[in-house]
Amino acid sequence: MSSSKNPSVTATALVKRGLADMLRGGVIMDVVNPEQSKIAEDAGAVAVMALERVPADIRRDGGVARMSDPLMIQEIQAAVTIPVMAKARIGHFAEAQILQALDVDYIDESEVLTPADEENHIDKWRFSVPFVCGATNLGEALRRISEGACLIRSKGEAGTGNVVEAVRHLRTINAQMRRLHSADQNELYALAKDLQAPLALVQEVAQVGKLPVPLFCAGGISTPADASLVLQLGAEAVFVGSGIFKSEDPERMARAIVEATTHFEDPSVVAKVSTGLGSAMKGWETASLEQRLAERGW
Amino acid sequence: MTRVGVLALQGDVGEHVSMLESLGCEVVKVRTVEDLNSVEGLVLPGGESTTIAYLLTTSGLKDVLGAKISQGLPVFGTCAGLILLSSEVLDGRSDQWSYGALSLSVRRNGYGRQIASFESPLEVKDVGTVPGVFIRAPRIETYSDDVEVLATLDHGDGLGEHPVFVRQHQVWGASFHPELTGDARLHQLFLNSL
Repeated sequence: MSSSKNPSVTATALVKRGLADMLRGGVIMDVVNPEQSKIAEDAGAVAVMALERVPADIRRDGGVARMSDPLMIQEIQAAVTIPVMAKARIGHFAEAQILQALDVDYIDESEVLTPADEENHIDKWRFSVPFVCGATNLGEALRRISEGACLIRSKGEAGTGNVVEAVRHLRTINAQMRRLHSADQNELYALAKDLQAPLALVQEVAQVGKLPVPLFCAGGISTPADASLVLQLGAEAVFVGSGIFKSEDPERMARAIVEATTHFEDPSVVAKVSTGLGSAMKGWETASLEQRLAERGW
Repeated sequence: MTRVGVLALQGDVGEHVSMLESLGCEVVKVRTVEDLNSVEGLVLPGGESTTIAYLLTTSGLKDVLGAKISQGLPVFGTCAGLILLSSEVLDGRSDQWSYGALSLSVRRNGYGRQIASFESPLEVKDVGTVPGVFIRAPRIETYSDDVEVLATLDHGDGLGEHPVFVRQHQVWGASFHPELTGDARLHQLFLNSL
């Protein structure tokens, strides 16, 4: 038997992206208190997102939405054994510093909160804790990755219970990746310009045909069928915000979405878990919205 | 061609599949009892152990897999997979169950939360130096004489050396993620044992 006493290295790209790899095929649930976080963990969530108000309530209440109270985040960390994520405002690196000091497992630089900087996102390379960021198209995804994001989620339209925007964003990202993958080498310079994305990342996507980090889906998923849909469209895991705790029976809905995410290719399982589930969240027609959260971030 | 399964309920299934395919195996993503009945060996991937445990129960695989392991099905668990194969889970949920196929106790997140996740080269018996990627990794705390320790790590945190790669008969466990690196030698070791 041999022993290893080599000094270890933390916060490498591999360990930061690696946690996202471990969340694949799972459901990350928004929770606003320790009780909800226990329900999420009991239902098989792979992680929870600790925040003060779910997006549907942020949308309803208006006002400035900020990082959560550290006390609430710590209570949730104490309540569950799964990873705990939390949101910082776009560009608000001081909120992100606080979340890192609290030892959260992932920081979501999120359009669901009110942006703090209308030009610059956080320089995520400077942090040891990995970041997830939203994107509506491939250029936006690659800009976030160039800033150090280790996980991309398609944005969708949070708090609406309407999956239409999530589908639009996923389809856009995938179509743009297919375009790059089939492009001639000579075309990549102009394509990088059109995407407003760094050339090196454009070349990497062109070569391998997918993002260099995992691609998850968020914003509007509120039924097991929604989860199956976005996974079949290429998402590797789902974030569910208002969809669980704004439904009639959150516990059952949470379990049903977890099972549908695992067995997304087996309609008989998705049918079984969808049966007699009670009503999903009421939801919004996106055309009627005054504020589109997906438009935040640049 | 060797037919090997990767438990595909949740976690980094794809990385294990690619690695086993690169070694010339026919790989089955195992989600049902029928899938499980068709394989000669099974990899339990990294992921969230509580989620995989929940999905083992709902999919009806839990008891069937338990019976197969006790009948001698070769299995290899990485990270969450190691937790599921252990005989005792510390700092887990109060209702956390495990198969007890490896006579050892593991502490969940025994090296800390994500910010403490790390890489460290490891010396593996009869293999040499392999890259070790530890992500919210479980720490093996105690183990019986039946467990063969194939690699240990002194993390430099004053807690001394702990096993990180072990074998007990046909059951293998790693607290790290060989599947996230380009080094397939530990998967090859498992395949050689089939």
